[in-house]
Amino acid sequence: MPLDSTFTGQSFKSVGTRPLRPDGIDKVTGRAKYGADHNVAGQLVGRILRSPHAHAKIRSIDTSKAEKLAGVKAVITAADLPDLTNGDSGMFDILDNCMARTKVFYDGHAVAAVAAIDAHTAKAALKLIKVDYEILPHVTEVDEAVKPKAPILHKNCFTEGVEPKPTKPSNIAKVTEFGHGDVEAGFAEADFIVERNFKTEQTHQGYIEPHACVASVSPDGTGELWVCTQGHFVYRNHCAMLLGMDVSKLRVTSSEIGGGFGGKTHVWAEPVALALSRKANRPVKLVMTREEVFRASGPTSATSIDVKIGIKKDGTITAGSAELRYASGPYLSMWAELGAMTSFACYDLKNVKTRGYEVLVNRPKSAAYRAPSAPMAAFAVESVVDELAKKIGKDPLEVRIQNAAKQGTKSSYGPVYGPIGIGATLEAAKKHPHMSAPLGPNQGRGYACGFWFNFGGQTCTDINVGQDGTVTLTVGTVDVGGSRASLALCVAEELGIPYNQVKAIVADTSSLGHNDMTDGSRGTFSSSMAGIFAARNAVAILKERAAKMWEIPVDDVSWEDGHAKAVGEKYGNLAPLSLKDIAAAAANTGGPIAGHAEIVADGAGVSFATHICDVEVDPETGRSVIKRYTVIQDAGKAVHPTYVEGQYQGGAAQGIGWALNEEYIYGKDGRLQNAGFLDYRIPVCSDLPMIDTQILEIPNPNHPYGVRGVGETSIVPPIATIANAMSNAFGVRMTHVPMSPPRVLKALEAAAKS
Amino acid sequence: MAVLVSTTINGDAVEFACEPDETLLDVLRNRLGLTGSKEGCATGDCGACSVEVDGRLICSCLMLGVEAEDREIETVEGMADGATLHPLQTKFIEHAALQCGVCTPGFLVAAKALLAKNPDPSEEEIRFGLAGNLCRCTGYDKIVRAVQDAAKEMRGA
Ligand code: FES
Ligand code: FES
Repeated sequence: MPLDSTFTGQSFKSVGTRPLRPDGIDKVTGRAKYGADHNVAGQLVGRILRSPHAHAKIRSIDTSKAEKLAGVKAVITAADLPDLTNGDSGMFDILDNCMARTKVFYDGHAVAAVAAIDAHTAKAALKLIKVDYEILPHVTEVDEAVKPKAPILHKNCFTEGVEPKPTKPSNIAKVTEFGHGDVEAGFAEADFIVERNFKTEQTHQGYIEPHACVASVSPDGTGELWVCTQGHFVYRNHCAMLLGMDVSKLRVTSSEIGGGFGGKTHVWAEPVALALSRKANRPVKLVMTREEVFRASGPTSATSIDVKIGIKKDGTITAGSAELRYASGPYLSMWAELGAMTSFACYDLKNVKTRGYEVLVNRPKSAAYRAPSAPMAAFAVESVVDELAKKIGKDPLEVRIQNAAKQGTKSSYGPVYGPIGIGATLEAAKKHPHMSAPLGPNQGRGYACGFWFNFGGQTCTDINVGQDGTVTLTVGTVDVGGSRASLALCVAEELGIPYNQVKAIVADTSSLGHNDMTDGSRGTFSSSMAGIFAARNAVAILKERAAKMWEIPVDDVSWEDGHAKAVGEKYGNLAPLSLKDIAAAAANTGGPIAGHAEIVADGAGVSFATHICDVEVDPETGRSVIKRYTVIQDAGKAVHPTYVEGQYQGGAAQGIGWALNEEYIYGKDGRLQNAGFLDYRIPVCSDLPMIDTQILEIPNPNHPYGVRGVGETSIVPPIATIANAMSNAFGVRMTHVPMSPPRVLKALEAAAKS
Repeated sequence: MAVLVSTTINGDAVEFACEPDETLLDVLRNRLGLTGSKEGCATGDCGACSVEVDGRLICSCLMLGVEAEDREIETVEGMADGATLHPLQTKFIEHAALQCGVCTPGFLVAAKALLAKNPDPSEEEIRFGLAGNLCRCTGYDKIVRAVQDAAKEMRGA
């Protein structure tokens, strides 16, 4: 049954071990090639001119002087990227974001670009481009943007999802609603209700590698793109559409990727590089500076969330509701929708209602950031759950256990859960030694839960058996953190051969069918499923070849431990044939041996986590230090446990940065004031303790090996976990993130006064 | 006007011509093909471009190419001894101290410089010693453990 994704319940030989990754040596010796490490003969240097204004009409752009500068080979504006999106508004927004057309919508919005023989010339050329702007009033704050008198970004934006359709434009692009039951009746049953507003500031994914690509377009309409991306197939589709190229004639190769976390799921500069190359008729290398990365790529949404939850004295949550406003940048997105879907996903609620508002502001187009939108919603909900537990005098962990979703629960966003791990992570937290460790002065301990859906999606994978019996696994999902090792483990397992006999590579877009992005924690889930299916198809061929070699019916051949075996006493004298034996004879038994699979990987298992954190707050400076941190998360099955731990630790560290330091700071002029790692401070080594992990394995019934996604859930609980710990440290509820020293000090002072 | 510079990189005598305002990082990457050193910020904030100059750890994005004259420069490409990896390189792979790996060259060079000064650092000394290098993927846990383990091996303990 090659395409049966049912969990097999088998015991494993390779899966669950911790071999060295295949790309390790290249990455420790500096040989691995990332986005900016690639060069081609005759390449030009591309540079982008960006708007200094948050909101302005473009009256005109004069590129004539730049074009005349010696060494400049092409100058482009939106006119060189005509609208070919054919009414697809999502693609039009991507196009408009890559190169502003009639208006600029944020500080950093691209307005023109040049390709020149070197960086000096390109920079000089940018200075010669004259853009005549008519500056418009702007709005950068989410709660300001929804006000009736706020400057309107798009005159044709009439809120979607409300009846009747509004007649006046606004910055609320769309409203979505989720839930079930009757929340008003639920609140009426409650003994206590807490209602609060929570705010989170905008953060950036903060990958260390800036966006980089080398684009080359030929006059015959073919093209090549080398790029750091989480999804080269999707980049190909988007770029081909925006440039009017044939999809199959644009070959996209994904470089090693220096971090993405969702930020490299969207095209930014790639269509610009291709347009420059087309105009100059030369290859163009375009690498963003760190400042450009901050001003014009990523970031996640700033939010303002109103949460209301009711509880009975016995600990039953009677109802929960939330209104979630997510800043989306200048274009419609689905970030509030995801926030509305995830906010109450951890709980089994009779009455729940959430409304998400996609709010347009003069900031960069918001992008996915690891479990996009869930951390902010979890911050709001998990803070209130904690507060309610205290109100009824119960242990917050017990209240969570009491109300946790379980198998059969109708989730707050619709579907009914299968086997899930929220209860198990909470029970594991209860038993964890961290919970009973003593706390010092000015320290508090907090915990919180988190949820993420995990995605599946389109996946295409090849297996090719070499003449020596080694196996190449060709996948189309970009390896963002060790997935080549995990996928090789799964294929080795299915074929019954050692890990070292399998080499996994990521193919370019011309070598394999379409693959969706490595996003939604889908890389290992979906590519391992396709890899297992491809291996099963290869095994069917291996069995046929063995039957031929033995001259027996194929039905009498079984596959065990990497060997074909003749089944039946009559074959007693036939020694098993190894994969190597069969491969060696392939030329005479029917030629190359391969397995292929193309699937839509359905059934990604939802994943849950519970985090525990000890924080110490200095009452004089407001500075907080994380003293101890524990992540407990359900992996379904940890294919390579070391890399699963790494995902848990990395997500927690990003969440800690979000909770304590990171934020976009805009001036009154609508300009970003901290577009660099000095002023946008991500956690450094000395800011963090070791991050303890516990992997739980509650198999996903819809994957042969029980795999769920593991990459994203770990960023969901930290903000709430730390806020709860702080509230336990000094008795004040923090409602505005980041909980930076000035905000903590203010909260401490306010508490001292009251 | 380009300037001619003679220097030593990973033990080899090297000559290159560069503009007076070109950084050492740009020279390494764009003129000499040594792309192991990475540019994460170009402002001295991320450490991805770390190299040693006369045994001193520096951000190569903050030094000019012309300042390399008569210096001894060590980059990540010079860390392994032929096919034999430096203990730090081995331990980084073993401990999975890299996820995406773009910060790894900088961490390796910085850790090597740290252990040269302090062969038996405490966890805190490692954490402060590597505080100039940003990693967004790992949360640093496995990096610290890899450095501890490599230090132990290098001490022959
Ligand atoms: S590139 Fe030199 S410190 Fe970041
Ligand atoms: S491993 Fe990706 S930045 Fe460190």
